Amino acid sequence: MTEVPPGGAEQIEDEIETKGRSFASLIRTLDIDSRLLGMIAALLVIWIGIHFMSGGTFLTPRNLWNLSVQTAAVAVMATGMVLIIVTRNIDLSVGSMLAVIGMAMALLQAEILPDIIGFGHPFMWIIAVVAGIILGAIIGGFQGFIIAYVGVPSFIVTLGGLLVWRGAAWWMASGRTIAPMDETYQLLGGGSDGNIGGGWSWIVGIVASIGIVLLMMNRRRTRLAFGFSVRPLWADTAIGAVSIGVVLGGIAYLNRYYVPELLAKARIEEAGGIWPEGGINLSQGLAIPVLIAIGVTLLMTFVATRLTFGRYVFAIGGNPEAAELGGIKTRLTIVKAFALMGMLVAIGAAIQTARLNAAVSGLGQLTELYVIAAAVIGGTSLGGGIGTIPGAVLGALVMQSLQSGMVLLGVDAPLQDIVVGVVLVIAVAIDSFYRKRSV
Amino acid sequence: MFNRKLVALLAVLAMLFAACGGDDETDATTADGGDAGGDELTVGVSWNNYNEERWAKSDEPAIKAALEAAGVGYISTDAGSSVEQQIADVEQLISQGADALIILAQDGTAILPAVQSALSQGIPVIAYDRLIEDPGALYITFDNVEVGRMQARAIFELVPEGNYVFIKGNQADANADFLRGGQQEILQAAIDSGAIVNVGEQYTDNWDPAVAQTNMEQILTQNDNAVDAVVASNDGTAGGVVAALAAQGLDGVVPVSGQDGDSAALNRVALGTQSVSVWKDARELGKSAGEAAAALAKGTALGSVSGTVVFDSPGGNAMTSILLAPIPITNANLQVVLDAGWIDEATLCQGVAAGSVAGCP
Repeated sequence: MTEVPPGGAEQIEDEIETKGRSFASLIRTLDIDSRLLGMIAALLVIWIGIHFMSGGTFLTPRNLWNLSVQTAAVAVMATGMVLIIVTRNIDLSVGSMLAVIGMAMALLQAEILPDIIGFGHPFMWIIAVVAGIILGAIIGGFQGFIIAYVGVPSFIVTLGGLLVWRGAAWWMASGRTIAPMDETYQLLGGGSDGNIGGGWSWIVGIVASIGIVLLMMNRRRTRLAFGFSVRPLWADTAIGAVSIGVVLGGIAYLNRYYVPELLAKARIEEAGGIWPEGGINLSQGLAIPVLIAIGVTLLMTFVATRLTFGRYVFAIGGNPEAAELGGIKTRLTIVKAFALMGMLVAIGAAIQTARLNAAVSGLGQLTELYVIAAAVIGGTSLGGGIGTIPGAVLGALVMQSLQSGMVLLGVDAPLQDIVVGVVLVIAVAIDSFYRKRSV
Repeated sequence: MFNRKLVALLAVLAMLFAACGGDDETDATTADGGDAGGDELTVGVSWNNYNEERWAKSDEPAIKAALEAAGVGYISTDAGSSVEQQIADVEQLISQGADALIILAQDGTAILPAVQSALSQGIPVIAYDRLIEDPGALYITFDNVEVGRMQARAIFELVPEGNYVFIKGNQADANADFLRGGQQEILQAAIDSGAIVNVGEQYTDNWDPAVAQTNMEQILTQNDNAVDAVVASNDGTAGGVVAALAAQGLDGVVPVSGQDGDSAALNRVALGTQSVSVWKDARELGKSAGEAAAALAKGTALGSVSGTVVFDSPGGNAMTSILLAPIPITNANLQVVLDAGWIDEATLCQGVAAGSVAGCP
């Protein structure tokens, strides 16, 4: 028999309610984005679940390192998709743009530039990447122009783009595979040398920790200066400590993924050293594409929350008519958002082609859907006006965790598609349920 | 105002398209159709989409040469990837007096009524490279099961025992399973005896090399790099596999198969990071089809065409077929693709140490 407290069932309910309330009030005091917290919890559940099902492979440093690299390109593009969706538009041409820009960058460095400046020129990769970003801005801006100024719905314009750019990618090389890429360019994709090693990873981690402290202090100071409410000092300290702990702990854990022995040996002998008897462990450290993705995430968060452009984007998404009447150049803002998307696709294309060390016209098929799904799982509302950049990056991580995890489990491709599709719908269903309740 | 301009623009575009379309048709009739009316025998070829580089470069010249050698005329049409257009094209070829048809089908099922109509008029049909599910047609293609066997054979020679990974094609493509079936045939005995262990097997969505790369990374992680050989089903996926292996310093250590004779893949064969690319010489296919078409036009019965075998199609038809054998290209016979003019030496040997393989001086 369970012991019934004096007040009977009512009191139990009361107690549960107070407990619930106290947890909710804790969250409120901490002033954390509860949706983001929910996503992190979901991600952890997926990770731990797959970890056990895969016999303890998923959460190894090596697999998390894989995961970080595999997520990078989609994460970069998802940050741009957030802004597009927030303005109540959509971009279906992302995958095809990825192919055409990737192909252009590959042709530039494998067939066009070598005749002019010679193979292995130190500036080769910069020229290719800059040209790709400019091309991305032009293609994206062009689509944005038709959407904003001609008034064709973005769904149609980018659906056209999906076909056009895929075809263009084929035409550019008659369907050939363009390989190999420039040596330096390859580093953008990770691979065996495209990482910064253990020492530099620690430096990145320490810089990030200092950044977290400075940002939080700055936020506190400005809020106090304007007389806004601030979290209690203990809450700020706790959040700061947890964030720094996660960053440094993550780096310490990832640094336990070592350079494969064959490569480490070659690298040491190349540097004139002697390979010790029992071998030594060289940390891979953070991969360059991951650093790019982190940099883009920070930059895009800044653009979305601190720049006028970003505020206009959210204003347009919230209420286009009001934004227009309020004097915002809505059309120009939409063109800019699409141009920005194009530039981010170019960065994604650079990561993908560098990683594959080749460009093929079929590159990036279905990528548009993964990018959109990442943004939507990350809490971007297709109704417009709502969405966060870090959420989209987490969304990308959720999608890739599922896919990579299922390959570890040996799940066949058709079943993988089914699982990812179901998760997408469930994630959005839960999200809209909570959104309705919170209103 | 704006709308009127847009309409005008659309009208101009429509006229341009119409003009282009018209050009194509006149090409087909004037350039090739002139000699169709006389006593001379003629073979009609219906291309589904002539814009793809391969048909103009390899297949058509080979067909033409074979027909010319047999003293048979050549007429052709291009359906521009349209199923409806191709059905009309077939009728047009018949009315132009074609005595045999070679059809590269856009859709092997949708073309059936046109094929049946041709057959009922006594005009033999060759299903070129793509299956048309009608037992009355002669099916000429490369043997995809044999491609799979060749891939497995080449890898098995290098690695008679150990952990194997299979990177398959797109699950929606019947060829993916034909290839996998051929691979299994060769390796079955070794798998049964336990000499070979299948440690990872994945389809590749859309044959996308990036997907193949991610899959390979995960399989390497799962097996802690204990992979001795990779049977990849084409050169694109092989490229993804080699990139994943390279990140572990295993490129050139673990043998990888492929097919298609892609420039990038042949370069990898020369570099030693890919072991074999099974090459299907499109000119052989064209030659074989041209010869068969000439024979059929002259009245040879379907089963009496030289080199035919019976192929049980996925649709349950016993197809009279000519299944050509592809050529496995390894670092020992790179000269074959050079001699055929398939690839130039600079592309093949880019980055290859001088004298390390035959074919790259």
